[in-house]
Amino acid sequence: MRDVAIIGMGHTKFGKAEKTQIELFAEAAMQAMEDAGVDRKQIEALFMGSVLPMFEEGQGMTSAYSVSELGLGSIPSTRFEGACASSTIALRDAYMWVGSGQYDIVLAGGTERALIMGTPFATRTFAMGGHAATEGPAGLTFPGVFAMTAVLYSRFYDIPLEKLREKMAYVSIKNHKHGALNPLAQWYQKYGNLKVEEVLNSRMIADPLTLLDCCPFSDGAAAVVICAADIARRYTDEPVYILGTGQGSGGALARLEDFTKPASRISSARMAFKSAGLSPKDIDVLELHDCFTSAEIIALECMGFFDWGEAADATEDGQTDLGGKIPTNMSGGLIGKGHPIGATGASQACMIVEQMRGAAPKGNQVDPVPEIGMTDTLGGDFGTLGHIILGRSRRSK
Amino acid sequence: MVEREPTEIREHYVLTSADYEKGLKEGKLLGLRCKDCKQTTCPPMIVCQRCGSKELEKTELSGEGELMTFTVIRIPPEGYEAPYIVCLVKTKEGPWIIGRLDYDTEKMSQKLLGKKVRVKGVYAHVDKYSGGEHVCPVFEILQ
Repeated sequence: MRDVAIIGMGHTKFGKAEKTQIELFAEAAMQAMEDAGVDRKQIEALFMGSVLPMFEEGQGMTSAYSVSELGLGSIPSTRFEGACASSTIALRDAYMWVGSGQYDIVLAGGTERALIMGTPFATRTFAMGGHAATEGPAGLTFPGVFAMTAVLYSRFYDIPLEKLREKMAYVSIKNHKHGALNPLAQWYQKYGNLKVEEVLNSRMIADPLTLLDCCPFSDGAAAVVICAADIARRYTDEPVYILGTGQGSGGALARLEDFTKPASRISSARMAFKSAGLSPKDIDVLELHDCFTSAEIIALECMGFFDWGEAADATEDGQTDLGGKIPTNMSGGLIGKGHPIGATGASQACMIVEQMRGAAPKGNQVDPVPEIGMTDTLGGDFGTLGHIILGRSRRSK
Repeated sequence: MVEREPTEIREHYVLTSADYEKGLKEGKLLGLRCKDCKQTTCPPMIVCQRCGSKELEKTELSGEGELMTFTVIRIPPEGYEAPYIVCLVKTKEGPWIIGRLDYDTEKMSQKLLGKKVRVKGVYAHVDKYSGGEHVCPVFEILQ
């Protein structure tokens, strides 16, 4: 594998969109190509995450139509579906194809337009990311998955549930604080100063998770231009190199048994660290899949940033905020920035690139500018996991 | 050219999800016992959920287990009526299974965790997207 770099990024404002999801993607992709300074004729392939376009707009093959929309000719395009991790696995494959030497410059990213479905139908279609035959009749929802995760965590680590809920509230407070500072976020300038009580007392969604424990439904798109590292500096003085990636698969929730420690996430994170030759202590900034407050806590442990049972306390203690051990979701994460599911993985990569350019909003920028960052993206109830480790310096010279 | 026998069509499933759901409707919790590692797979798969072996035989589980975790769903998907309780149960035979719990949603408490539960029936759901009707177990708390 040769070295690979991200040379441009584009990101729509998350929230409610009036554009189609193909138009949303085209906006993000156009920004990314302009940011990279590449001509459309140089793009050789598109790798795109897109989860529910058939339900949202009756639209299949969003990748092919995005190629056409952008005037990219007849280049190969592939749509990736791994529920909420779709665009991370799209980026990972883009990295593999460029790394292999097949392509020099490609586009990767994702798009989603969930809000148009309304909450009941969006909840129904999102639940399709679970195991339909067994979890379908039970009526399991994703807030339900992470509610049961919180209950298990409370039980296994002997933290009374009411205490754990307070600790979890700090995830929401932190991510909303940073989301409120991010102009690209769905909750920009909103919920920036939440109190624990407000999180605990907002509307109950799935006991014990309240609305403020949950990320919103969102529309949005994000894209990156990925190219061979050897030519990256023709286009930018600030390439961000892909140092390692991981991916994992899991089964129905019940088969995972202790799903506070899903094997798919542990193996994917380890694969990423191994391929980069790095460990959690090397990571300066982290964007992880905080679809719910409890999700952030278990993700931190599965990736090895904290020992089992310690991330809830560490979060309350500020260890995951600026100045802490591992600044996590300085973009606002899924809770504060929004979660257009097909775009989230690419958005996380964009937010790490922004950090590495020192271009994150004041109050969100890690100082000094981070050298190495990581993304963690979760699809379904631990069915698809993806990790990407990014760095400002090349892995090999 | 050497003459060859036509390719043999080999079926591997000992128990399908349709067989499993039919069992539930008849009051039986069906699964598979692995001839290699002796452990139980439930709901059924094409291989043993513990060791991956293909050497499986049909078995009936006791239908009893321990309540491991639960939630009260208050915002349901379209086509479902909330509130209802989703739970995970660790069966006596080992595998965890998902189902609903028959209990007052406003009286649910963490104190119920670890309680013995038993399959008491099924909950059936069907909508335009479900590929026909599917059932899951409904559990009751054993006093």
